Amino acid sequence: MDKVFISGNDTFGESAIRAGCRCYFGYPITPQNELGEYMAAHMRNAGGVFIQSESELAAINMTIGASCTGSRVMTSSSSPGISLKQEGISFLAALELPAVIVNVMRGGPGLGNIAPSQGDYFQSTRGGGHGDYRTPVFAPGTIQEIADLTFHAFEVADKYRTPVLLLGDGMMGQTKEPVVFPEPLNLKEMPEKEWALKGRGKGKSRYMASLILDPVEEERHNWKLVRKYKEIEKNEVMYEEYMTDDADIVVVAYGTVARIAKGAIKRVRTEGIKAGLLRPITLWPFPKDILVDLASRIKKFIVFEMSTGQMVEDVQLAIGNKAHIAFHGRPGGVVPTPAEFARYINREISQK
Amino acid sequence: MNLKNKWPEYYKKDVISHYCPGCGHGIAHRLVSEVLEDLDIGGKAVLVNPAGCAVLAYLYFDFDVLESAHGRGTAMATGIKRANPDLFVISYQGDGDLAAIGTAETIHSANRGENITVIFINNAVYGMTGGQMAPTTLLGQKTTTSVAGRNPAFEGYPLHITDLLATLPGVVYAERTALDGPAGIVKTKKAITNAFQSQIDGLGYSIIEILSPCPTNWKKSPVDSFKWIKEEMTKEFPVGVLTDKRKKYKEEKIAV
Amino acid sequence: MAKTKNTYTVTTRSESCKGCGLCIEYCKSGKLAFSKKLNKMGYFYAEPVQDKECTGCMSCTLVCPDLVIEVYDG
Repeated sequence: MDKVFISGNDTFGESAIRAGCRCYFGYPITPQNELGEYMAAHMRNAGGVFIQSESELAAINMTIGASCTGSRVMTSSSSPGISLKQEGISFLAALELPAVIVNVMRGGPGLGNIAPSQGDYFQSTRGGGHGDYRTPVFAPGTIQEIADLTFHAFEVADKYRTPVLLLGDGMMGQTKEPVVFPEPLNLKEMPEKEWALKGRGKGKSRYMASLILDPVEEERHNWKLVRKYKEIEKNEVMYEEYMTDDADIVVVAYGTVARIAKGAIKRVRTEGIKAGLLRPITLWPFPKDILVDLASRIKKFIVFEMSTGQMVEDVQLAIGNKAHIAFHGRPGGVVPTPAEFARYINREISQK
Repeated sequence: MNLKNKWPEYYKKDVISHYCPGCGHGIAHRLVSEVLEDLDIGGKAVLVNPAGCAVLAYLYFDFDVLESAHGRGTAMATGIKRANPDLFVISYQGDGDLAAIGTAETIHSANRGENITVIFINNAVYGMTGGQMAPTTLLGQKTTTSVAGRNPAFEGYPLHITDLLATLPGVVYAERTALDGPAGIVKTKKAITNAFQSQIDGLGYSIIEILSPCPTNWKKSPVDSFKWIKEEMTKEFPVGVLTDKRKKYKEEKIAV
Repeated sequence: MAKTKNTYTVTTRSESCKGCGLCIEYCKSGKLAFSKKLNKMGYFYAEPVQDKECTGCMSCTLVCPDLVIEVYDG
């Protein structure tokens, strides 16, 4: 397929349709409106369902309804709207229903602003809603990767029967780049979902319920989910290593920030500083093993985020005191520059 | 000997419900199951059960059920019906679920004319949580959170949500009935039949509001609860057809 | 089972009856009454009265929330 020049928000939509998504429910919120608009323009032509819902709550619950019939479903929003969706995400996790949820992050807390941010890392990687669950979180770094990971997100959601989060930010949603899309899936060739509610017909009735009044049964359900999460942790970790082979210092950053960090790394390398990058592509499951591996030979890490420091805690959990971990963040929608990061790398490398 | 009232095909056998003695849910459940059988649509049916006393309805209905978050029934029903229009979709909700926490979902699913049927159990009280004031609690009615009786100065007025919904073009059929005796129950079954048939005909949103007894939280006997519905509740919420656009929509061939 | 000399026979599933009394209230012929014994759930359940006639009006089955009552032709 040819390259097309397309924005991040549109890419989420096009890739979802190619992945067989036939239901999209969303409520307008900046900076992800183009995604809903793309679905409005294209979903019905693809034989699918588009509803602009009355709220994010309604959208996520429509998502649950459509998912329980076996349909591939997407909903999207930005930070404040994702907070509203958390109830439904908790239900999706409890009911073991697949869905893909896009969060194009903006500055917060509260209404915050519409500038790019990474303030929803904790919310995304710790479950986000009430109860004991996790959701796989994919953080694309380029528009091409949005195309690839959106497609992949539907596969992972179906494979494990779990909601999957795609975490972008306002910068990524608006940026246009050349993209090669995956070939569209043939819906007829997709495997039947045995668990879906299709009416009992002449057979036995089924139900999907998250109310489990018996604590022992609820505990059993929780451990069942944990076994699934362990499988996901084993199989689904993704990351990118960039110039780490000879590195004396490793930057850890994801999404837009990783992109800026690459610029900074190129810059400091011209000054003779051997910096590299580890870019987690899955934020949960977090790429712990590679960090432990890197920390066995590299003694300086610096975590860059567009937040006051959230992913840095996962880096600390992985590495412990095996290496020195520094942090530099810009919260609230401020986008850091490569020069700024280069300065921080320089400062770290010059300290004993 | 011929059994005159055979067990409904879409109601589970040998299950004793958790509902209190004299609770209207058992009657409403039976009627829903019977009409599904009468219209031969139980095999395609998916019911969304609410949070509230009917949260465990999936243990009693013998057709497919999805349990919803509190108030989100018609959003889920929308998702089910749109994703698979061949399914027959019911949202079963109480007054708190439908007319308080789920008001937005209720009004907008109705306004979109979603081709679903809502069974709305109005017992003027929050049952599962122990008898707090509901949006439909009558003026003067004592609950655990309107201890001196509902006073409009503090608690506002009983919400006539079904009357409100009946004004929307998307709502093809709305009727209020009362579980206040054998005649009211027969009428309720007829109303549910009309609503279900509307969905089969693809005419849009239908809702049956059922005034239903909650003896436990009303602190009345089941028999007195039936009487209270007949004598008090129907004064505030008169029974009858609130809108019936079936003929018009059939002629205009408005289909979802 | 209480066979009456009339055309209808009434039986009750006494173990699933919660003793709400609605059937007894709406039975015009006095065919149903509370038991003297408790069932396993601890309720005085509805049971057919031997020497009363069922008219087959089905009111009891309509008002019963727990599908306790069975009415037979003959």
